[in-house]
Amino acid sequence: MLDRLTEFFFPKQVSTFASDIDNLYFFIFYSSVALFFIVVFGMVYLAVKYRHKKGEELKLTSSKDHSNLLESLFFIIPLILVSITFVWGIRSYLKMVIVPDDAIEIKVTGQSWFWTFDYPDGGTTLNELVVPSNQPIKLVLSSKDVLHSFFIPVMRSKMDALPNRYNVMWFDATQEGVYDIFCTEYCGTGHSQMGAKVIVMKPAQYEEWANEIGSDDDSIPLDELGAKLYTKKACNTCHTLDGSALVGPSYLQTSQMWGQERVFDDGTSTVINENYIRSSILEPQTQIVAGYQGVMPTYQGLLNDRELDALIAFLKSLNEDSQI
Amino acid sequence: MSNHNPDAPKHLKHYFTNVDQQYETSKFAMWAFILTEVLTFAGLFVAYIVFRSWYPDMFVDAHKLLDVNKGLMNTIVLITSSLTMALAIWAIQKNNRKLSLIMLIATFVFAFCFLGIKFLEYSHKFEVGQLPGEYYFYMGPEVVHLNNPHIFFSIYFIMTGLHGLHVAIGMGLIAWLIYATYKGNLSSEYYTPMEMIGIFWHLVDLIWIYLFPLFYLIG
Amino acid sequence: MSENIKQNYLNHPKGLMSWLLTLDHKRIGLMYLVSGILFFFLGGLLALVMRMELAAPGNDFISNDTYNNVYTLHGAIMIFLFIIPAIPGALGNILLPLMVGAKDVAFPRLNLASFYIYSFGALFAMYTIINGGVDTGWTFYTPYSTQSTSNVVPMTLGIFIIGFSSILTGLNFIATVHKMRIPGLTWYKLPLFVWALYGTSLVQITATPVLAITMVLLMLERFLGIGIFDPALGGDPVLYQHFFWFYSHPAVYIMILPAFGIISEIIPVHSRKKIWGYKFIAYSTLSIAFIGFLVWGHHMFTSGQSVFSQIVFSFITYFVGIPTGVKIFSWILTMYKGQVSFTPPMLYALSFLFLFTIGGLTGIFLGAVALDIHLHDTYFVVAHFHYVMQGGTIVAFLGGLHHWWPKSFGVMYNQTIAKICAFGVFLGFNGTFFPQFLLGLRGMPRRYATYSEKFVELHSYSTFWSGILGISIFIAIMNLFWSFIKKNKVDPGSNPWGGMTLEWTHTSSPPHPHNFEEEPVLEHGPYDYDKVIVEKTYK
Repeated sequence: MLDRLTEFFFPKQVSTFASDIDNLYFFIFYSSVALFFIVVFGMVYLAVKYRHKKGEELKLTSSKDHSNLLESLFFIIPLILVSITFVWGIRSYLKMVIVPDDAIEIKVTGQSWFWTFDYPDGGTTLNELVVPSNQPIKLVLSSKDVLHSFFIPVMRSKMDALPNRYNVMWFDATQEGVYDIFCTEYCGTGHSQMGAKVIVMKPAQYEEWANEIGSDDDSIPLDELGAKLYTKKACNTCHTLDGSALVGPSYLQTSQMWGQERVFDDGTSTVINENYIRSSILEPQTQIVAGYQGVMPTYQGLLNDRELDALIAFLKSLNEDSQI
Repeated sequence: MSNHNPDAPKHLKHYFTNVDQQYETSKFAMWAFILTEVLTFAGLFVAYIVFRSWYPDMFVDAHKLLDVNKGLMNTIVLITSSLTMALAIWAIQKNNRKLSLIMLIATFVFAFCFLGIKFLEYSHKFEVGQLPGEYYFYMGPEVVHLNNPHIFFSIYFIMTGLHGLHVAIGMGLIAWLIYATYKGNLSSEYYTPMEMIGIFWHLVDLIWIYLFPLFYLIG
Repeated sequence: MSENIKQNYLNHPKGLMSWLLTLDHKRIGLMYLVSGILFFFLGGLLALVMRMELAAPGNDFISNDTYNNVYTLHGAIMIFLFIIPAIPGALGNILLPLMVGAKDVAFPRLNLASFYIYSFGALFAMYTIINGGVDTGWTFYTPYSTQSTSNVVPMTLGIFIIGFSSILTGLNFIATVHKMRIPGLTWYKLPLFVWALYGTSLVQITATPVLAITMVLLMLERFLGIGIFDPALGGDPVLYQHFFWFYSHPAVYIMILPAFGIISEIIPVHSRKKIWGYKFIAYSTLSIAFIGFLVWGHHMFTSGQSVFSQIVFSFITYFVGIPTGVKIFSWILTMYKGQVSFTPPMLYALSFLFLFTIGGLTGIFLGAVALDIHLHDTYFVVAHFHYVMQGGTIVAFLGGLHHWWPKSFGVMYNQTIAKICAFGVFLGFNGTFFPQFLLGLRGMPRRYATYSEKFVELHSYSTFWSGILGISIFIAIMNLFWSFIKKNKVDPGSNPWGGMTLEWTHTSSPPHPHNFEEEPVLEHGPYDYDKVIVEKTYK
């Protein structure tokens, strides 16, 4: 029964401390339900039992306004409940704060509006945190601009990413799978889109993957690689493929206007071609499309040449394909 | 609870039952207001303490750039003005309107001197570039281990600026007192406004007595 | 009471200038009431826009940017333009002098100034809306707020100005309660609404100056780059959070204490029974006001503050909950051996007990640090604070309006419509916000314009019920004002509910311009239903 309730209330319990947190929740929950029923039952019972019946004469009512016994109970019982809650809350918190010695350290950088992960043996991913299961993972968080907050519901873990110092959080995932990461500190237009995924792999798989990252698969055709990068590198946060405008122009629109002039907010214009796409990815602030805000971060250092080529190829291909 | 009691003094408002109640209420409220002022400045003092603990060396270096002599003069001027304010009240209690008026004018003059000296200090800082925030550009020889000196000057200008604003407001209130005393509206029978403004003035003095050492004398 | 009262504060003195320059606390209270309700409707409209957007994932109704502006304005308007100023300003102003037997507050001109300062500050908020909004959230966290191109300065300036109004009102009320009570009206004979306003005022005058200075520092950071909150300039964003929450946590007690006071008035009167635990309720008001200053860090459990801070803030947070719990039991036990009538005010009071208990209990979840890590900045928090602020304060406010309407304005509203709306509010409120607890537990973050598909079912329930809630509140308030149009006057001497406090027993409905014809003589305590039978004219 408790399992069914846990499934109802919570996302999966993936981290080692998730079940303890959920149990703490249930302790408070059941205590609250009990107190709540006492309150509501008491209220309804007394209101109905002592209602002023129609035609009843007004009378002097009871002087009773005090009861040492009852008042002590209202005080002591909640006091006991909150004391247990407080102690449990702190003890569980201490477990969440003390990082195990054998943790792998991954650097997490938040910036509006995507997450970058830097791995201990080199390599960087965007919006995808890859970790091995059954291994403590220490995340060192910071931000490049404003406040962000890194939340993995299934791990029950969250920590703010600040621009002037490092914060630390850790977890140990017990189950493989792909889970949500959300930004939970308002950071501007794209806050709702600043999601990512944590991919928990078997340790052996993770080893393989860790060795591979940084090198692209040279055999994938460019436009297919570009399609993958479109989500991997978080372009999808601000650019759609269906023609609708989001924070930035839709790739479809850009593709359909290939070879035509595009006007910028300072009145200048340029022809949409490979060079324009390349410069808009590496130096986005130099040419801001009319009607949009200049908020795109630069991808200088985050994409190699092949990846740039792949994205350009992908964008061009949208004019023929209508789906990703 | 009649509003048309012909014996009631002119200054008794109709919603008060007697002059004592009115006086007590005014005094009570004034002290509550002083509490709010203390809390306002307390917030700024907290900012000062926090940044001083983060940049202790910078604070010591930066404060040497302040003019201690002018600060000291200002302290003497303000304390004296508190004295003259107190004397003004003492005089009116004795119904010596003339003396009270002189003391009030003296207080006003001292307040004006305070602001004048402040003006000299500020304009010198503006000239050499010891300005708050992003306007800071001072690069004199003492800038050896200054890091983020604009923070010191930001806090300096905000706190002394807010204090100076209170001095200016106080001057306005004292000017009104001068007018009211001259016109004969205040006397030993009724001098509550003078007493209340006096309390305010002493607070303004007290805040400066904290500001002066914290900015001019540390290190 | 004299029968030749034809004059009341509404019809005497006459003329527009007599209203604009009034020194009558009752007229000022009415002005606060009208402005407050207008801002309440504006804030509510913004909420409905939010719920429309959130009915389905994706930006189908409004864009991200628009949504971000709407949610910020909703919060800022509700908190700074409605709940904090208008509830003490409206009900407090109309009732406080009456309840202590005074002819007016201690400083009526200051009272009028408070109202105009509030209006002036509100103008800046209006300007913000017209000029494209502000999107930082009502919390204005740095460095986003120091860098955002939206109208941060006008909004913070407006809040700064309104803060002065709050402080002056607080000073006025404290002085009034201390110095203007009639002889014999000792502290323990005061109505509990007065205690509540007193506690609220203490918090107002001590906490608001810190908000004021925080807003000033934020504005200066934007204008001068002073470097106190923005790390790019050498400052610290967490310092901003400490400054902000040092005020804003006590602010939530400014928001709830008057509501507690209203409930403490409604329940004894409509149960015709002495209130249970008078002294306890009075003392708990003061202790909540005091302890409320020590818990602000519980809004910052994920900011990276020290473990020691986490422990201390969590510990003290629990201490605030306990006195409140005892109050709930005291209110319920008041009905024991009483004669309870299910009038509209009583229905709102019972709703309050139900809804505020949920709100308060969910605070316990958030106080446990380990659990808060999961729940912080999710919809669980949104549901919690709406349960206490709306299910609590606003429901109590509606109850208070229904309770004191005949007294303040000399007209009675349609009881049936009022009762139906009370049910509508209760059902609509639960339907809107209960699903949000689940959304939060399942991981849905706050301040999101769009969300993952898995959350759509709960959001659609929430949106549907928000419509019911909005309609019920709107009709309930229109029903009140309709009583003016229908001129459903009550007898000047009427006491429809059988209240025992001075505003019921010694003034006409509506009250005389100077409140009392002669200074009242206290005959009994505020809730002495065991000693005196007071007739009620509403059957």
